[in-house]
Amino acid sequence: MTNPTTTVGNGAAAEATDVTEATAAPRHHLLDLDDLSSSEITELLDSAEGMLEITGRGVRKTPALRGKTIITMFFENSTRTRVSFEQAGKILGADVINVTASASSVSKGESLLNTVKTLQAMQIDALVVRHPHSGAPYFISNHTDAAVVNAGDGTHAHPTQSLLDLFTVRNHIDDMTGKKIAIVGDVLYSRVARSNIIAFQKMGAEVTVSCPNTLIPDEWQLGSVLDESTGFGGLKLAKNVDEAVDSADVVMALRIQQERQDAGHLPSLREYSDRWGINSKRMALANDRALLMHPGPMNEGVEISSEVAHGAQSVVEEQVRNGVAVRMAVLYALCAPGKSTRIGNSDEGPRGISVKERTEIETVPPTKRGSGKS
Amino acid sequence: MGENGAHVTNEIERVLLTQDDIRRAMTRISHEILEQNRSANDLVLVGLQTRGVHLAKRLAESIERIEGFAPVVGTLDPRLWRDDPDVASGQPSLPSDIPTSVDGKPVVLVDDVLYTGRTIRAAMEALLDFGRASRIQLAVLVDRGHRELPIRPDFIGKNIPTARGERVQVRITEIDGDDAVVLGRES
Repeated sequence: MTNPTTTVGNGAAAEATDVTEATAAPRHHLLDLDDLSSSEITELLDSAEGMLEITGRGVRKTPALRGKTIITMFFENSTRTRVSFEQAGKILGADVINVTASASSVSKGESLLNTVKTLQAMQIDALVVRHPHSGAPYFISNHTDAAVVNAGDGTHAHPTQSLLDLFTVRNHIDDMTGKKIAIVGDVLYSRVARSNIIAFQKMGAEVTVSCPNTLIPDEWQLGSVLDESTGFGGLKLAKNVDEAVDSADVVMALRIQQERQDAGHLPSLREYSDRWGINSKRMALANDRALLMHPGPMNEGVEISSEVAHGAQSVVEEQVRNGVAVRMAVLYALCAPGKSTRIGNSDEGPRGISVKERTEIETVPPTKRGSGKS
Repeated sequence: MGENGAHVTNEIERVLLTQDDIRRAMTRISHEILEQNRSANDLVLVGLQTRGVHLAKRLAESIERIEGFAPVVGTLDPRLWRDDPDVASGQPSLPSDIPTSVDGKPVVLVDDVLYTGRTIRAAMEALLDFGRASRIQLAVLVDRGHRELPIRPDFIGKNIPTARGERVQVRITEIDGDDAVVLGRES
């Protein structure tokens, strides 16, 4: 969104023309990154740049979303994502109301549909949703006029985490084209992994993942490169973590969850740490100035050693700080008055989610379903 | 860029200020700012994104040539403070940077064109978050009239009466490759 060669003073008419051109495909929700173009992503990241400056001011407040109501609806536990959405909304001047499943009528058995209809009746402008079931935000977006932001759904997507990861990397690496991104950990179940694979590939980076054989889909082979039919064309599956990390520009360790071990996917956390944990020895294989990232919360001593987690290459705290700015950019893009930007396309529904699962979302309250992931 | 170029050729263009005119106007404004504020000490020039930023830098350079002392220059993007964000949306908010406290200091806001006054209102509100300036003044290269708010500039490069359908285009070298103020009409 660089300026045209001419300026029109404060001429509203001409500026409005620019806006129409820029938003040829109107968007209203942020549900996933897979249907965003790289230029739409870049636009959000550029906007986050300005937002980051505001988060560093003495007075962190703007009236941009004054009079708007944003509801965060979290059906899973979360600290950083929920708090950063709340802070982002408040800095932009919106009223933010937090709803958690355990303290709402959901615990009385109210279905997701009825909860959404109730909130919809209260004239809300945005609904930030985290849900243990993949696709829940898509379902919600079909039943509300409010802008829906996916704050993590099941094993599907976590678009704002990927945006903040891109933003963090961009602040260190100008051009991501051809850069090697190593993602190590829970690939099968991690929405962060899935969203980040899509996001970094879109921006031109080469993504390599490394994980135990039990944490990738059956039809994938370690040591291969995926073709287009998988939806992750070009994704490299490293034979082992050393191969993945070797000369990487970014090393991303993902949280390994106790539930995986309980489900028999991992022999033991100690073995996981030995074979896939990121420590100083493994970081030494990466580029000298490689960044170490982790979406948090970290299990220090399991997927990441304390030494590197707090070492010079770690940008983990930066990721958290950037999270607020990136979420401000997203909320502003979706909720600013007169703005009809739609981020992500809800019409086709989420990729890789069965009709059965979608029906379950519509009819069964989350508390009655099996445990999801956090 | 191509679309924009095509658009411009459909208009009847008239050059209102040449590069020399702009330079003389900026020099005169520098003198007026000094005259009003009596010194460049404590003075903070705040350019509004994007062309105002470069005009503020030029004013500071000009003031330095006159006084041997350059005022502090900051930048401000009042986009998020606008009362009509639909006009501004689609363009990301740019970082603001005022490298000093403005508490108790005179601030001169610098912009290219003064039109409805809504940008300036937003800028004044945004500026308040950086501290309580002793006074806020306004310098603009062009005042084209049609104010919608009770806002009046303190320093004006040129008054240009316009019709609402006309377009006042300020081009500056740092962004557009040349210095000029051009009046066009919507075709």
